Amino acid sequence: MESKHVNRQIAAMRQSFFDEEVLDEKFSQLEQLEGKDNPNFVEEVFTMYFKDSTAFLETIEEAMKTIPIDSIIVDNILHQLKGSSASVGANKVLKEVNKITRQVLGKGNLDGTKASILKLRKEYDSFKAKLEPYFQLKQANSVAQVK
Amino acid sequence: MNSSSGKSYMSTASSSVIWKAGGDVVADQFPAGLRVLVVDDDPTCLMILEKMLKACQYNVTKCNRAETALSMLRENRNGFDIVISDVHMPDMDGFKLLEHIGLEMDLPVIMMSADDGKNVVMKGVTHGACDYLIKPVRIEALKNIWQHVVRKRKNEWKDFEQSGSVEEGDRQPKQSEDADYSSSANEGNWKSSKRRKDDEDENDERDDTSTLKKPRVVWSVELHQQFVAAVNQLGIEKAVPKKILELMNVPGLTRENVASHLQKYRLYLRRLSGVSQHPSNLNNSFMNPQDATFGPLDLQALAATGQLPAQSLATLQAAGLGRSTAKSGIPMPLVDQRNIFSFENPKLRFGEAQQHVNNNKQMNLLHGIPTTMEPKQLSGLHHTAQSMGNMNMPVLSHGSQSSQNNPLLMQMAQPQARGQMLNDSTVGLAPRLLSPMGQPMLSNGMATNVSTRNGVPENIRAPSYNPVSQTSSMLNFPMNHTSELPGNSFPLVSTPGISSLAPKVAFQEDVNSEIKGSVGFMPSYDIFNDLNQHKPQNWELQNVGMMFNTSQHSNSLQGNLDHTQSVLVQQGFSTGQNRNSTVISKAMFSAGDSTGHVNAQNGNQHLNSLFVDNTVRVKSERVADAAPANLYPDHFGQEDLMSALLKQQDVIAPAENNDFDFDGYSIDNIPV
Repeated sequence: MESKHVNRQIAAMRQSFFDEEVLDEKFSQLEQLEGKDNPNFVEEVFTMYFKDSTAFLETIEEAMKTIPIDSIIVDNILHQLKGSSASVGANKVLKEVNKITRQVLGKGNLDGTKASILKLRKEYDSFKAKLEPYFQLKQANSVAQVK
Repeated sequence: MNSSSGKSYMSTASSSVIWKAGGDVVADQFPAGLRVLVVDDDPTCLMILEKMLKACQYNVTKCNRAETALSMLRENRNGFDIVISDVHMPDMDGFKLLEHIGLEMDLPVIMMSADDGKNVVMKGVTHGACDYLIKPVRIEALKNIWQHVVRKRKNEWKDFEQSGSVEEGDRQPKQSEDADYSSSANEGNWKSSKRRKDDEDENDERDDTSTLKKPRVVWSVELHQQFVAAVNQLGIEKAVPKKILELMNVPGLTRENVASHLQKYRLYLRRLSGVSQHPSNLNNSFMNPQDATFGPLDLQALAATGQLPAQSLATLQAAGLGRSTAKSGIPMPLVDQRNIFSFENPKLRFGEAQQHVNNNKQMNLLHGIPTTMEPKQLSGLHHTAQSMGNMNMPVLSHGSQSSQNNPLLMQMAQPQARGQMLNDSTVGLAPRLLSPMGQPMLSNGMATNVSTRNGVPENIRAPSYNPVSQTSSMLNFPMNHTSELPGNSFPLVSTPGISSLAPKVAFQEDVNSEIKGSVGFMPSYDIFNDLNQHKPQNWELQNVGMMFNTSQHSNSLQGNLDHTQSVLVQQGFSTGQNRNSTVISKAMFSAGDSTGHVNAQNGNQHLNSLFVDNTVRVKSERVADAAPANLYPDHFGQEDLMSALLKQQDVIAPAENNDFDFDGYSIDNIPV
């Protein structure tokens, strides 16, 4: 059936995230929190996460353009990103954030930091691009199933 | 912790737990129904936490701003069992929130952060967090948070029940349940005492102290002052609950109450001492004969500080009891020997201080609290008259102030070695308390801000507060509220307990000297601002427990402080925080301590800022008068008030001698 097929597809997508280590076990813990009364919990969380993180990244990128760079802002945002990415299980994004944090701490490496931020951006965009269709598919599927 | 209770509690718990905080009983499903308040500015994390907590069957309230959380807690003191808060928040530092909660409401607080650095975790510990979680927080970690609630209650119970057992500085193992429930809380704060009694009668499981709702004694400023006085009198090493209780002679107060309070106090002192670097110096001027012997000081903090005179401890404790977290923010490194207790005050970094000041947390532990604080004085407000510079004062902005809790807002005044800051009488809180002054240490506000100047301005006058009886022992100076510190120099008034006085105190060296010992530095000069507005009559305000005790009599202080303090405080708190003012006034003038004029301008929060640039004028002379009225002779209109307060402190002799290095503090320059 169609939904079965879609279900398999969704499952495969999900598994690929784990295989690629884009997501970690935190994600599964979030899934466990979902329940009948809250079936879209994970998706809601991610929606919020993407919304905030996109803004954060943009702020960082802006901050990197100023001279001198406002490291306090960058630090704060990185800290925020770290917490939220860790909480949702965005594994690779988190790793990039940690790398930058270490670099920023060890100042003087401006170019290195810039390069890392670019990498973070790339990782984040890729993450978002993977997860969003996943949720959409899930959502569509559940609607279809209800029907 | 004391095991016996725990066990029994556990067993009982399963059968019927009563999260009676607000009188609601949740039975049979322990720990279900635990009322958790979670604070985090990140909405994603907040959402996840809420879900996880709900999955643990807790009753969750979420909040994304610290200020909102605080007001929620204040409005509904008994509405929550535990608080979980993030460390990094835009509107208020998580540690400040932690301090506030500890001081005002005495709830267990769990900190969390994505940052797992040791320093941050340590900060959590020193500020009194009962746990520290690293993000991402796992649900398993949340499942066990109830243990903190239970533990706290158990301890309270235990203290309560124990009667007559001498504690050697440690909580005693749970005693028989024959606690004399008859004692009613003093000040009528035993809300549930009756209920409890009934419960006890009915409840066969005496062991399950935790299950029984224990009425919580509110350690008002005055009460705390008495406590500190008693502790100082006995000597910190010898201060055992039973004796303290006898000395205090407060009807309705039980040994257990005292014991638990003492415990907190010790933690507080310990925390303070951890900060200060020169423990011994404090002894110099402040040490009273009694206190001088600190010896090991139960308080570990004291150990650090070297000598936190018992009184100081008391004071400090009072202040920091709630959370025993000395304001770590106090950047002021206590360096001097005088110092006041090497409290963490040194931490009052001004840069941070400023922030801290705003935070209501009163960390104004008097850093340099002169060891000799008068017991009485400090009891109420242990506001460390920290060196002016140092005071970051996290002035406790207790909105509620006075009322309760927090016996001392120990203002951590950077105890710059001002040496004598706190006179003997003060409990070491005011780091800088002018020694002669037994002064009340400035609570929070004061102390902290003081130090903005040189590192730790010696002037910290955090007046040790002897919590004026009136206000809740804590000098919670609400000052902390983001008051806008006038930013001017505040006369360092050893306002005892001015908690959030963030007076813009311009600490000037010379001022400090004047303070002479009695550092009653009140960082929160904001109060004065308010004071200005208020008439001197304000002195009668609620006698905030700030006691300026120049001399060692605690009692006398109270009297003195009462007015001055209240007045000062009232005034001090500027901005809108009326509550603060009350506190501030009290705190502010720690008997005659450094007369720093505190510009009580607004919210003590500015104390920090104040310190930085303000010169606190500590008028030692005034202090000498010990009359509160002398506090600020001229500068602010309130000066009279202050002076009046200061007058109380006879000890506050004109601090000419600058025992303290009040660098840069020039009284004259205090901008009014």
